[in-house]
Amino acid sequence: MPSLGADMDAGTVTHWLVKPGDAVQRGDIVAVVQTDKSDIEVEIFENGTIDELVVPEGERVPVGAVLARVRSVTSAGGRPLAPEPPAAAPVAVAVAAPTGASSATHGPVVESPLVRHLAESLGVDLAIVTGSGLGGSVTRADVERAAKAPRKETARSGTGERRAPSSPYARRLAEELGVDLDVVTGTGPGGSVVERDVRRATPVTAPAPRPTSEDRQRAMQRTIGALMARSKREVPHYYLDTTIDLSAAAAWLEEANLERPVAQRLVMATLLFKATARAVARVPEMNGFYVDGQFTPSASVHLGIAISQRSGGLIAPAIHDAERLSLDELMSRVKDLVMRARTGVLRSSEMSDPTITVTSLGDLGVDSVLGVIYPPQVAMVGFGRVREQPWAQAGQLDVRPCVVATLSGDHRVSDGMRGSHFLTEIDHLLQEPEKL
Amino acid sequence: MTSDEARDLMRSVLRPIAPEANLDDVVEGETIQEALDLDSIDFLQFVTGLAEATGLAMPERDYAQLSTVEGCVQYLTSPH
Repeated sequence: MPSLGADMDAGTVTHWLVKPGDAVQRGDIVAVVQTDKSDIEVEIFENGTIDELVVPEGERVPVGAVLARVRSVTSAGGRPLAPEPPAAAPVAVAVAAPTGASSATHGPVVESPLVRHLAESLGVDLAIVTGSGLGGSVTRADVERAAKAPRKETARSGTGERRAPSSPYARRLAEELGVDLDVVTGTGPGGSVVERDVRRATPVTAPAPRPTSEDRQRAMQRTIGALMARSKREVPHYYLDTTIDLSAAAAWLEEANLERPVAQRLVMATLLFKATARAVARVPEMNGFYVDGQFTPSASVHLGIAISQRSGGLIAPAIHDAERLSLDELMSRVKDLVMRARTGVLRSSEMSDPTITVTSLGDLGVDSVLGVIYPPQVAMVGFGRVREQPWAQAGQLDVRPCVVATLSGDHRVSDGMRGSHFLTEIDHLLQEPEKL
Repeated sequence: MTSDEARDLMRSVLRPIAPEANLDDVVEGETIQEALDLDSIDFLQFVTGLAEATGLAMPERDYAQLSTVEGCVQYLTSPH
């Protein structure tokens, strides 16, 4: 089970997309894992053949657990498909680049063998039991309660029936719309259930939202809270801010968008993200991971973008190598990421390895935002709202579009001097938008 | 396009961008961005959806009109 962000302790394999004997290539999506925050498509990091699926669908396991064994192209024996330390020898087949971030402060959430045994003997599917134990784990009482509930609800997978495959989005949609996937006829590839099938099967009067999504929201809030508490406890934050004149950037953007059809237009946030990625590449103390008392700078900038999931959740997946992308590429990546973050399907590599995070809460109206650093990252950049304000320069007063850029930095790795250099660099880059 | 059709179009374009948003929650004079918590990328997706459905160019100078429900309905129902 890969660590899909520092705030993840465990995950549930909801769907295997491969079976033993299947050939896989680096980057293939092999499974869908559900965390408290999102459904994540797990990518494989080596070429080979699937030997064995160790964790069955529906089972929740802690970060670090072996999910499957892969026979690598270069070796005879099956190897564990599990995150390995970054320095591990090439024999390790990792599902996702580990961040070294799996939190040591929380115990893993696992059902005890006793509970598992009880569930088996009562014919209860643990995957659909809501846990009331520590950290959401399923207890004896949960299983006993589930066993008394109507049979259909609890023992669906015990009947030996195999439900039609369905896409993660279709499943999410089905849950939201209250559609029972077992009775939906799939029209997708191989009879799989896709979005249109779910929409067709939606009851005319949609039922009230199920408590499960609320539970998930609460779980997410708890998870984020725990990570932020850990950050504030362990990371000595320092904060800086500077007001940046955006008149050059705004004029350039207006001009650039005049020629573009609406689907290809840029927004100011993209320029701010790009300037941040370029600036951070020049101030390496802002970019990387602080693990076990040591800072490891990252060679590339994997820019985490804080995206609100509207339900109160927050997720910050990465855009890889952001400093090397053109503004157009960056814009289309951001749009794609926002869309997928909202529909709830992200990839494991996006979740596990942002090297610095940027938040642009300003779009929603506030002047500035001082972020909390996501461990093990060491910096968080915030942008407020772009607003016109009086600007004095060379004895003249003018009105210009401006933005407040902030930095939350980790004092174990950098200081106000370096931080100030970093923010100033962002400012300089934004004065020559045509070079971004 | 009638104003009912315009509202339906706005609803269907908004659905994938902000599934929980309800156009009827937007009171007169309020911007869609404020009322439905749309950021600049969401709003651009909204305009893109409208432009694709209608074939209109929707230059940036029209964004102000497109950002209220009544402005948007008027924009979509008047000839271009």
